[in-house]
Amino acid sequence: MSRLAARRKLTNLVAAALSSLAALIALAVLGSILWTLFERGFPALRWSVLTTSMAPTGENGGLANAIVGSLIQVGIGMVIATPIGVLGGTYLSEYARGSRLGQVTRFVSDILLSAPSILIGLFVYTLLVATTKTYSGIAGAVALAVIAIPIIIRTTEDMLSLVPTALREAAAALGAPKWKVTTLIAWRAAGAGMLTGLLLSLARLAGETAPLLFTSLGNLNWSTSLGKPMASLPIAIYQFAASPYEDLVQLAWAGALIVTVGVLAINIIAQLTIGRRR
Amino acid sequence: MAESPQMASLSDVVGRHNSLDGGKPFIETRNLEFFYGETRALKSINLSFPESRVTALIGPSGCGKSTLLRVINRMYSLYPGQRATGEVLMGGENLIDAKVDPTELRARIGMVFQKPTPFPMSIQENITFGVRLHESLSRQAMDERVEWSLRKAALWDEVKDRLKSSALGLSGGQQQRLCIARTIAVKPQVLLFDEPTSALDPISTAKVEELIAELRADFTIVIVTHSMQQAARCSDQTAFMYLGEVIEVGPTAQIFTNPREQRTREYVTGRFG
Repeated sequence: MSRLAARRKLTNLVAAALSSLAALIALAVLGSILWTLFERGFPALRWSVLTTSMAPTGENGGLANAIVGSLIQVGIGMVIATPIGVLGGTYLSEYARGSRLGQVTRFVSDILLSAPSILIGLFVYTLLVATTKTYSGIAGAVALAVIAIPIIIRTTEDMLSLVPTALREAAAALGAPKWKVTTLIAWRAAGAGMLTGLLLSLARLAGETAPLLFTSLGNLNWSTSLGKPMASLPIAIYQFAASPYEDLVQLAWAGALIVTVGVLAINIIAQLTIGRRR
Repeated sequence: MAESPQMASLSDVVGRHNSLDGGKPFIETRNLEFFYGETRALKSINLSFPESRVTALIGPSGCGKSTLLRVINRMYSLYPGQRATGEVLMGGENLIDAKVDPTELRARIGMVFQKPTPFPMSIQENITFGVRLHESLSRQAMDERVEWSLRKAALWDEVKDRLKSSALGLSGGQQQRLCIARTIAVKPQVLLFDEPTSALDPISTAKVEELIAELRADFTIVIVTHSMQQAARCSDQTAFMYLGEVIEVGPTAQIFTNPREQRTREYVTGRFG
């Protein structure tokens, strides 16, 4: 073997070893988090956690109000964010290619995408809490929607930009007007990817804590009223984990496990939908 | 001047099913010019496309032949900065006039592209998509239209048992014939083919060429091709384009065996291009 070939082989070996090591470190961190979550959260996960609301220490409370509160806020947040995000992303991809307004919109949306979520909480606080003089579930949902909108805009635009121009031209050549080309062909072709984007932003919202701190605040009691403070899993974890009582800390672990498994399930569903449609 | 061997082989293929009479003009361009921004891509094009005949547009890459095709069905109007001047006349109407609705125009002038572009839906839906844009048919009439167009495109026997399955599962050649089927399902009067076989294997190419020869009975056809053999095999009239101009147009047999222009002769004998 020549010296050049030997050197190339060595370089290749080193590069492969380094990248494998990096992958291993990332996996190890993730594995460790998951392991600890299951180890500490699983024993605390009793049926009553899912069926009873929070209670003072020693009274065997659960997280039912926080789970329902999270479902309501994330659900409403997605209902608000999905049409705005999908239509915004569609505008950027189909209508604003190269236009000034498109560039500005994309830039602002990307800034919003990387804005600290606590700032978004404060923004909605001044918008909906300070004006109504009360923390509320709807304020929490709006804050989550503001987080989700730029994510959905970005994934929608990215997925639509992967649709070949030839496909749009083929539809236009049959006499389809632009809006039909967009809704019947481009959306359909990008559907799996767009759906994945929605599921991933849903997963992101399920774990958001900061935007809820100043908006829905949290609630120890059962409440599904959108006009009142509302409990949520991330806030419950935040509050209970810092509590001095062992049973409440246990509940925080159980909550963390529920959120993680939920997010994991959504991610797996997202992967499966992509795999099936591809 | 003695014929080169290449010319002799081309003269063997021309004339088998090429009509030698001109046919009456169906589409005519008059002083047609086209601009990509400031760049003039077509220079004063005066061409006539006879009814129920196949016109081939040949010429080296960038000569404007695909551009000319995209002007006829106003594809260019999808993109800002592209504009055409002059006239494209069909039935006394100037097709590039802003008053002509391009979606309605494209129902009359269908187009098949270089690469097969099946929509991500079932075979049947690929056909009904275009038809629904222009007509509302009963279920039965729609089924008949689907069968009619697939038979015309010589695809029916291969797909009749799986009309509901995804069009993406078809082979490249089948996909291209599906694209032809969905184009003719709209019942246009004119078919534009933009290098329809350049992405296909030889057997699929032969099928598509055969199809074009048969479709000539019902449609006025314009085909852009890089293949001299293809132009010779399936066209009645050939126009040679170079640098945005039509250098020579005439019956296919004459263009390939006895061109008047030196540049045409050099191109069809493969000396440049």
